[in-house]
Amino acid sequence: MSEPKHITTPLTDEMVKDLKIGDSVLISGVIFTGRDSAHKRLIETLDAGEDLPVDLRGQIIYYAGPAPAKPGKPIGSIGPTTSYRMDPYAPQLLEYGLKGMIGKGNRSKPVVDAMKATCAVYFGAIGGAAALGAKTVKKAEVVAYEDLGPEAIRRLEVEDFPAVVVNDWRGGDLYKEGMAQYQKE
Amino acid sequence: MRELHVSKITEAVKTLCMDANFYLGKDVEGRLKECLEQEESPTGKDVLRKIIENIDIGKDERAPLCQDTGYAVFFVELGQELRIIGGDFNESINEGVRQGYEDGYLRKSVVSDPIERKNTKDNTPAIINVDIVPGDKLKITIAPKGGGSENMSEVRMMAPAAGVEGVIEFVVDRVKRSGANPCPPVVVGVGIGGTFDKCAQLAKRALLREIGSVHVNPFYAELEAELLEKVNKLGIGPQGFGGRCTALAVHIEVHPCHIASFPVSVNMQCHVARHKEVIL
Repeated sequence: MSEPKHITTPLTDEMVKDLKIGDSVLISGVIFTGRDSAHKRLIETLDAGEDLPVDLRGQIIYYAGPAPAKPGKPIGSIGPTTSYRMDPYAPQLLEYGLKGMIGKGNRSKPVVDAMKATCAVYFGAIGGAAALGAKTVKKAEVVAYEDLGPEAIRRLEVEDFPAVVVNDWRGGDLYKEGMAQYQKE
Repeated sequence: MRELHVSKITEAVKTLCMDANFYLGKDVEGRLKECLEQEESPTGKDVLRKIIENIDIGKDERAPLCQDTGYAVFFVELGQELRIIGGDFNESINEGVRQGYEDGYLRKSVVSDPIERKNTKDNTPAIINVDIVPGDKLKITIAPKGGGSENMSEVRMMAPAAGVEGVIEFVVDRVKRSGANPCPPVVVGVGIGGTFDKCAQLAKRALLREIGSVHVNPFYAELEAELLEKVNKLGIGPQGFGGRCTALAVHIEVHPCHIASFPVSVNMQCHVARHKEVIL
């Protein structure tokens, strides 16, 4: 494994174009959590022609719903949820200006196509290593949809959050290529 | 007749909910370390190292290993010579879940209605499976189940003619189609036989078996080994990034079935293969 690339949000086209599948990255800066119910509301808001409660242009959404924070900690255990459930919503957010997504599991063709068209990137984080994941979060606050509990949108300040590039802006797919590389028979 | 007050059950369940989410079994941790030795993919090795580091943090800080602290699934063996006193048995378990998930800062992941989808905010109701057994003890096993791996599970009503080849094809294909979604390396629970509903439960019960244990029937023990080998040849690897270690174990449970039926089920379990038990 090559040395991880350090990236700091927000993302630009230039930064996205520098990433290719299989790259290990350490992300610092601000990222936003959002999963099933939050995505549904974001899309309803866009469809109604209204402004989103958070400006996601140039930003990264992390598909995650953390465990409650213990007193004195910014956040509880946090790791990625499975991304395909957000596939119906992702292309519209990418067209709006979202530049990156963090989750786990493969994406649909419309999402991969939208990533190519808008120059965006999809990172895989380590599912089930959520106590470790919480250590990279320095600050967290709910910025929208508080009533959704774990599904609320949170603004996280992260430092060296580890992830791997799964789909790059060229349409590459680490899940397919990694599997082909290690498949036997 | 021996008596057991419901408050004792609630107290035990509360502790089980927390311990199961903070402390992973030694068998799982041991197998993960073996996988780290064997893994050929550098990215796969890095993932396994982080998964093992996560186990230590969970232990040291009493932090949930995964943010998905699961649907609280219980397998209970109730001794027929034990009398539960002081209240409702099912409610005593639900109250333990309520307290354990609140006091342990565990995520509440249950919605009251599958269409309406409003969070119950205390992770209840639990799924409680009860078997009446000889004796005067109460054995409670909790297996908190995450949604990501549960969603990759399946029951198939096959034709008896499909035979063992049909089982192999279905199980390997199920793991292949799951890819990175269930957080590999996974434990694959396989149920063969029973009825539609019984078969699904066999697969879930198979997940409770200790990793490293083999089926008591040598035929199924061999089938478990063959399935594990085939699954690990898929190349999915840790977190699906490519590699040798896709599954930690394949466990099979079997049950007699109808002359016309051949149900086979797969219950996928992520590497946070949690279960804890207590005997009261």
